[in-house]
Amino acid sequence: MNIEAIRAIYMFEMARFFRTYRQSLLAPVISTSLYFVVFGAAIGSQINQVEGVAYGAFIVPGLIMLSVMTQSTSNASFGIYFPKFTGSIYELLSAPVNFLEATVGYVGAAATKSLIIGLIILATSFAFVDVSIAHPLAMVAFLLLTCLSFALLGFIIGIWAGNFEQLQLIPMLIITPLVFLGGSFYSTTMLPPFWQAVTLLNPVHYLISGFRWAFYEQADVPVGISLLAIAAFTGACLAAIAWIFRTGWRIRS
Amino acid sequence: MAPIVRVNDLRKRYASGFEALKGVTLDIEEGEILALLGPNGAGKTTLISTVCGITTPTAGTVTVGGHDIQRDYRAARSLIGLVPQELSLEAFETVMNAVRFSRGLFGKPRNDALIEDLLKQLGLFDKKDSKIMALSGGMKRRVLIAKALAHEPRVLFLDEPTAGVDVELRKDMWKVVDNLRKTGVTIILTTHYIEEAEAMADRVAVIDKGQIMLVQDKAELMRHMGRKQLRIHLAEPVAEVPFALADYQLDLATDGASLIYTYDTRAERTGITALLNELQRAGLQMRDIETQESSLEEIFVGLVKGDAA
Ligand SMILES: Nc1ncnc2c1ncn2[C@@H]1O[C@H](COP(=O)(O)OP(=O)(O)OP(=O)(O)O)[C@@H](O)[C@H]1O
Ligand SMILES: [Mg+2]
Repeated sequence: MNIEAIRAIYMFEMARFFRTYRQSLLAPVISTSLYFVVFGAAIGSQINQVEGVAYGAFIVPGLIMLSVMTQSTSNASFGIYFPKFTGSIYELLSAPVNFLEATVGYVGAAATKSLIIGLIILATSFAFVDVSIAHPLAMVAFLLLTCLSFALLGFIIGIWAGNFEQLQLIPMLIITPLVFLGGSFYSTTMLPPFWQAVTLLNPVHYLISGFRWAFYEQADVPVGISLLAIAAFTGACLAAIAWIFRTGWRIRS
Repeated sequence: MAPIVRVNDLRKRYASGFEALKGVTLDIEEGEILALLGPNGAGKTTLISTVCGITTPTAGTVTVGGHDIQRDYRAARSLIGLVPQELSLEAFETVMNAVRFSRGLFGKPRNDALIEDLLKQLGLFDKKDSKIMALSGGMKRRVLIAKALAHEPRVLFLDEPTAGVDVELRKDMWKVVDNLRKTGVTIILTTHYIEEAEAMADRVAVIDKGQIMLVQDKAELMRHMGRKQLRIHLAEPVAEVPFALADYQLDLATDGASLIYTYDTRAERTGITALLNELQRAGLQMRDIETQESSLEEIFVGLVKGDAA
């Protein structure tokens, strides 16, 4: 195991993050605050309560998930796409590093960054609404798994992407809609039966439901199923990455 | 001692179907400097990339320090440093961080003293906290060399280290390479500047269209293939080469003021003494004589052209 290589990649990626900490940290905090103002104060005053939880507080888990998922994906995809773009990936390819080590370094750093952002958003939300966390350990576990699995997905996207448009395509076209439609700002039990069934096909829905359960013990689907869903998703991403490194797909000619 | 790098019947066919290496076999001895010469598109970069693990070979084997580059890639790659042809660097990073990263990537524990020493040798020390994007092209090339050396490799590949580098810097680079050789590092460099190979290499390999045309000791190459020219400046111009000297196949300079005799240094007798005697007998007065050795460049151009014919 090349521990030094993992450390080097991780530190290098974290340095990139802290070098631009203003964009990295401030942007998500500002956009989340805006969500609180719009959804919490403006719309929330009309809706009042969802399943016994004040609307402003109800959307906190969904908001965190939205940020964490998009940040994990974009951080990890950028982290591996950028060296590909500049050509500096030659170094990684010629180093005594295997797929697991490279993945742990890049994905670990991307997951750490989004975890930091997630926690900052959580802290910010305390300033706006009454947030209670019923199961702190489960909350952290869901958060960690989400950071990790979406960073894995981002890593795959970064390897796949041939240009900057493609790099942004998936997060914009797939992840954001899935998060919005996955019940981040409403309970899916509020939907007509047909759309409830459709929502069951949305993998993000399981994550948001499980995450919200950790806060308010209120879930759209059983927590066990949420956990299974995220484990399956993580496993699928890992398998894809193992295959990529074995075949050199898109990185080794 | 066994060669430190052994390339055996290496083939590389890109996804496009183009075969860039057509069975390359090459042994590189420990501690030597091998210059890899060849025209654009000959396969120099492909050969280096394949040995370093950036591209996967289609067939054939490569060992570095006895380790197979595919089966035993960790051990093989640990021995190799690579300076790529392109200036591929992360622009926003500082020099120090970039070099530190390289060392870590190759599994070596952090050693800032060693890296600072390296930067000093390369004339980069006062730039260690500069962002890479603020450096000149020649400086960036040095950063690439520092990155390649950060993990103390035993074999260094330099893919056109002096492309786009001015004469001054080029000489500096030669000095750097010379110092490296003294520490026992084996160096393989590609270049388009023949003078560079002449100045630095112990051996020269010529590659063209994915095949090794020749590998030879540099001095031997010059000796064997080198032709010399003897230029005889005449006191009085002549209209044609005197008939008595026809055997020597002399060329007459366009102004008629000098005769050029081309001879092979390999030959047992160069015929110079006889020629000079004949000249005197023919009544020609000599003002001056000079000799010119053919350069590697001429040899090289001759080889590649000869192949095309
Ligand atoms: N990824 C690739 N896909 C397809 N063909 C390639 C690829 N990389 C290189 N080639 C082709 O392989 C041949 C050898 O290229 P290579 O870069 O090894 O040449 P080179 O000797 O380094 O040339 P130069 O002196 O210009 O650097 C060229 O014809 C090139 O077009
Ligand atoms: Mg090249």
